[in-house]
Amino acid sequence: MSADSRSQAAGAGLTGLVASIKAVFKLPNDDPRKTLAVALVLCLACSMVVSATAVSLRPLQERKAALALKSEIVEVAGLDSGELDLDEAFAQIETRLVDLDSGAFVEGADPLSYSYRDAAKDPAASTSLSEADPAGLIRRPDRMPVYLVRDAGQLDTIILPIYGAGLWSTMHGLLALAPDGRTVKALTFYEQRETAGLGSEVAGERWLSEWPGKVVLDASGKPVIEVAKGDVDPNAPNAEHRVDGLSGATLTSNGVTNLMRFWLGPQGYGPFLATLSGRERG
Amino acid sequence: MVRSWQHCPVVSAADAGTTRGTHTMANTSVRLLLEPIVDKNPITLQILGICSALAVTTKLAPAITMSIALTVVLVGSSVIISLIRQHMPSSIRIIIQMTIIASLVIVVDQVLQAFAYELSKQLSVFVGLIITNCIVLGRAEAFASKNPPWPSFIDALGHGIGYSVILIGVAVIRELLGSGSLLGVQILPLLKEGGWYEPNGLMLLAPGAFFIIGLMIWAIRTWKPDQLEKPEYRIHVVHRTEAQ
Repeated sequence: MSADSRSQAAGAGLTGLVASIKAVFKLPNDDPRKTLAVALVLCLACSMVVSATAVSLRPLQERKAALALKSEIVEVAGLDSGELDLDEAFAQIETRLVDLDSGAFVEGADPLSYSYRDAAKDPAASTSLSEADPAGLIRRPDRMPVYLVRDAGQLDTIILPIYGAGLWSTMHGLLALAPDGRTVKALTFYEQRETAGLGSEVAGERWLSEWPGKVVLDASGKPVIEVAKGDVDPNAPNAEHRVDGLSGATLTSNGVTNLMRFWLGPQGYGPFLATLSGRERG
Repeated sequence: MVRSWQHCPVVSAADAGTTRGTHTMANTSVRLLLEPIVDKNPITLQILGICSALAVTTKLAPAITMSIALTVVLVGSSVIISLIRQHMPSSIRIIIQMTIIASLVIVVDQVLQAFAYELSKQLSVFVGLIITNCIVLGRAEAFASKNPPWPSFIDALGHGIGYSVILIGVAVIRELLGSGSLLGVQILPLLKEGGWYEPNGLMLLAPGAFFIIGLMIWAIRTWKPDQLEKPEYRIHVVHRTEAQ
């Protein structure tokens, strides 16, 4: 009996609610109560539709983004001959995780499922950069993936993921270095939202093609690479450490300088590059 | 949301009344669908939506994607706004229309990121900028908020097609003359690859699109000279026929 009456009461409550909603919607359109009710219902409905779409499509978007990253890595590795399919080409690249502080490879973790973006948000997997944060990272992941390309067993290319703040956005890129760990083979920025037509040239082929051959570290291993303001005189003594600035995009150019110096420095891949070049030589 | 509004007695009674009352419905629908394609084209007559028409037409593929995205948003927002038009408080009606349009644009952008990642990167901000595309808000305010869902649907579809026709036309000319290709397939063999065609770099820049749209407007107005006469007057005619 009690269950019955309760469901009846609930039914009555529901009917009452429906009736009062109907009553509000029967009010004239310019009644403030109706205006509020319409705004409320609309916002609720729109936010539900938007968040449902975003949440349900996220796994698919992440898979697409991972695939796009793979093709960027293959391209920057110089393997994109067009004959190989993406997975075959990517399989030739050795993916390793590096502990940034020690510079040593991390064994026993799956580098392919590691996301440095997730790690940067996880206090247990990242270090706060409260004092020196030139690249605007706020937190630096403790581990980063690196991609090694070997040619007949010999190390041929080291690909380092890099990122940092530009003017408007965080720019994500890949830096390919020769086995000496100092000479640029290729650079790409695959994600950025800088000013269209000015800063966005950071991802343009013309500017990126200035990078191969530049030397990012000096003899002591200190990062000295710099995006200059204006053009670089190719005969100047330090021309190998300097890249032409993006015209009209000084802050984006500075962002590239800062993130390069951070990631190649002691808090970035510095220890890894030092051990790697030592190991490969000796 | 759409369903709950449909069950609302006020809207359904009014809608049913108009549908039953008009027996020239078929003629009106055809006119609503076809008029925006040439006679009242949103780009060439109303000169709306120029920003995206310049920005995404260097290649055909993004132009087609953009056309579909805009048409989906336009049709969706018009139908939803038309369904709730009886309940729109006039003091916040533009905000309501913008909220609906913005939500649809976010949904379309998310879908593109999930299913056409490369294209969505090429289109970058321009999908988001559909929110500010005058065609969408224009149809919402001028038509959908005053007419039942079916005519609003047809009207939005017509304007979507009208926009798409121009966008795709401009993109075909720009990609063919600017890169010698269509949808990435090489049609005119390029000089630097041993062919005979020297691509016209102007076509890849925004002024190229301005010239093409200008020439299109000239051609259409030569073909239909009545478009030359006081366009404001024609826009008023539109309002009266819509109100019938």
